[in-house]
Amino acid sequence: MNNSVIQINNLTRTFGENKAVGSLSLEVNAGEIFGFLGHNGAGKTTTVRLLNGIYSPSSGSSQVLGIDPQKDGPALRAQTGVLTETPSLDERLSGYDLLAYYADLFTIPKDTVNDRIMSLLTEFGLEKRAKDKVGTYSKGMKQSLALARALLHKPKVLFLDEPTSSLDPVAARHVNDLIERLTRREGCTVFLCTHNLVEAQKLCDRVAVMQHGQLKALGTPADLTRQYIKRQNIELEVEENQIEKTNQILVSHPDLVLRTPVLEKNMLLVTVSGRDAIPEILTLLTVNNISVYRLNPQEVNLEEVYFALNGESK
Amino acid sequence: MKKRTLFAIMLKDLKVAIQNKGVIIPIIVLPVILFVVLPWVLTLIPTLAGGTFGNVQSMESQIGSLLKNMPAALQNQLAGHSAPEQMVIFILVYGFAPMFLILPLMVASVLAADSFAGEKERKTMEALLYTPTSDRELFVAKILGPWLAAIVISVISFILYTVMVDLAGWISMREILLPNLMWIALVFFVAPATAGLSLVIMVFASAKAQGFQDAYQTGGMVVLPLLGLVYGQIGGVMYFTVGVVLILGFVFWVLLAGLLSLASKKFNREQLMIKNR
Repeated sequence: MNNSVIQINNLTRTFGENKAVGSLSLEVNAGEIFGFLGHNGAGKTTTVRLLNGIYSPSSGSSQVLGIDPQKDGPALRAQTGVLTETPSLDERLSGYDLLAYYADLFTIPKDTVNDRIMSLLTEFGLEKRAKDKVGTYSKGMKQSLALARALLHKPKVLFLDEPTSSLDPVAARHVNDLIERLTRREGCTVFLCTHNLVEAQKLCDRVAVMQHGQLKALGTPADLTRQYIKRQNIELEVEENQIEKTNQILVSHPDLVLRTPVLEKNMLLVTVSGRDAIPEILTLLTVNNISVYRLNPQEVNLEEVYFALNGESK
Repeated sequence: MKKRTLFAIMLKDLKVAIQNKGVIIPIIVLPVILFVVLPWVLTLIPTLAGGTFGNVQSMESQIGSLLKNMPAALQNQLAGHSAPEQMVIFILVYGFAPMFLILPLMVASVLAADSFAGEKERKTMEALLYTPTSDRELFVAKILGPWLAAIVISVISFILYTVMVDLAGWISMREILLPNLMWIALVFFVAPATAGLSLVIMVFASAKAQGFQDAYQTGGMVVLPLLGLVYGQIGGVMYFTVGVVLILGFVFWVLLAGLLSLASKKFNREQLMIKNR
């Protein structure tokens, strides 16, 4: 059974000479948090606009929740929520009035509007400022209100463009918890555009890395690290009087050990040629009668994948 | 088209617009000066002419030359009045008619500038585009709100003007001057078309403008042809009779239909988003 809620087939969008999105094909599954990573200008926002029927594609097609955004944009947008990069809030309205306005646009049943608005304002800690003009809110409060607006009509697919970029760490954690809760408990699918690779690694089931409008990589964060990172850092603890001998053994195998090990607090920091090199090194040291007390492979993160894909060193 | 959506957009736009001083000043100050203060100042002329100035003969020769070119209906209305009274009746009942059209034009264009270019300036358009409104609903709501507001303000101003003119006319000449057929045609037939025209022109101007002021200044150029009508009437080139007003209204409505159809074709989400960047 096809479980995907977003299907993108060779989607291309050009603006004059500039190809903002080129031949993009991918699927996003129901209930997953899908990370869409890339520099500014990588095509993330254009893709969100294409998937919501704001832009029409130059070629290719897409479906969200089984709807072609070009054919029935209003029906699709009734089921999707979008948090835009800038909060896009009318600062002359109060927080409550702003949500009430969008409740009308999303045709939320009138008898449920007040409860829905108040529960969201409470969720985001804005209930005491409900009647204040949005212009008087802090940056973080505005971002929270924009997120509340995106959730107002209980969307099935939520597009988030840098949701925590202007939030303090506590508020950011709250938003991340909320995203996880929405997907895990309420079955909402999240399409998360972000620069925050640590956040993406923590939250996302799968990620796509975009570069100049092209899809460079797609998979789970673990898959991508295995696929793209050809080195692995390990911490090695051996008998103190065997450190020098260990060092000599390691540097004599340049196929396995990529750099001269560094001694730090009686621990050797070794860069090896990937995950597969670890058992070989362990065998090598054991054969040479080195007493290994601890071997700790350090976690490779998405950030390193991202930089590797972009041809940059961290 | 969803009525709830249309009303929500129209009400929100008005609610936001009236908090902008650049919008509220022309909407309140213009009608008060043009249609409340000026009629009173002008009705003082007969008194002043008979008193301080007293140069009735000069005024008689001026109004006399104007009278010769006026339509028969207007000449009949002015007959039997003194020269200063004739001048006042001419200015209040006929001279102000083309000037009245400036009101729906200004109200519609200032509200439309705040609605279209203002949303661009405040960066609030993007969230609106992500709602389930259709392009047509957006276009209709954005046009209808300022248009209805312009009509309501025009009608209120006309009622106010009629009361002021009649009050002043009764005190100074014991005569009820308004309303007449020409003014009714002007307010209920020509003014809505004038408001519509300035709106559509503002839609085009807003697409290129950077913000409210920019759009308002560009779109405000539409007032120039109206000033031509004002000077045409004062200079005796064309008088606002019922026939002239009906023809003018018909021309405006035809022009509006054409421009509206052109604007609606150019109005779509993608263009709004691209021009909003």
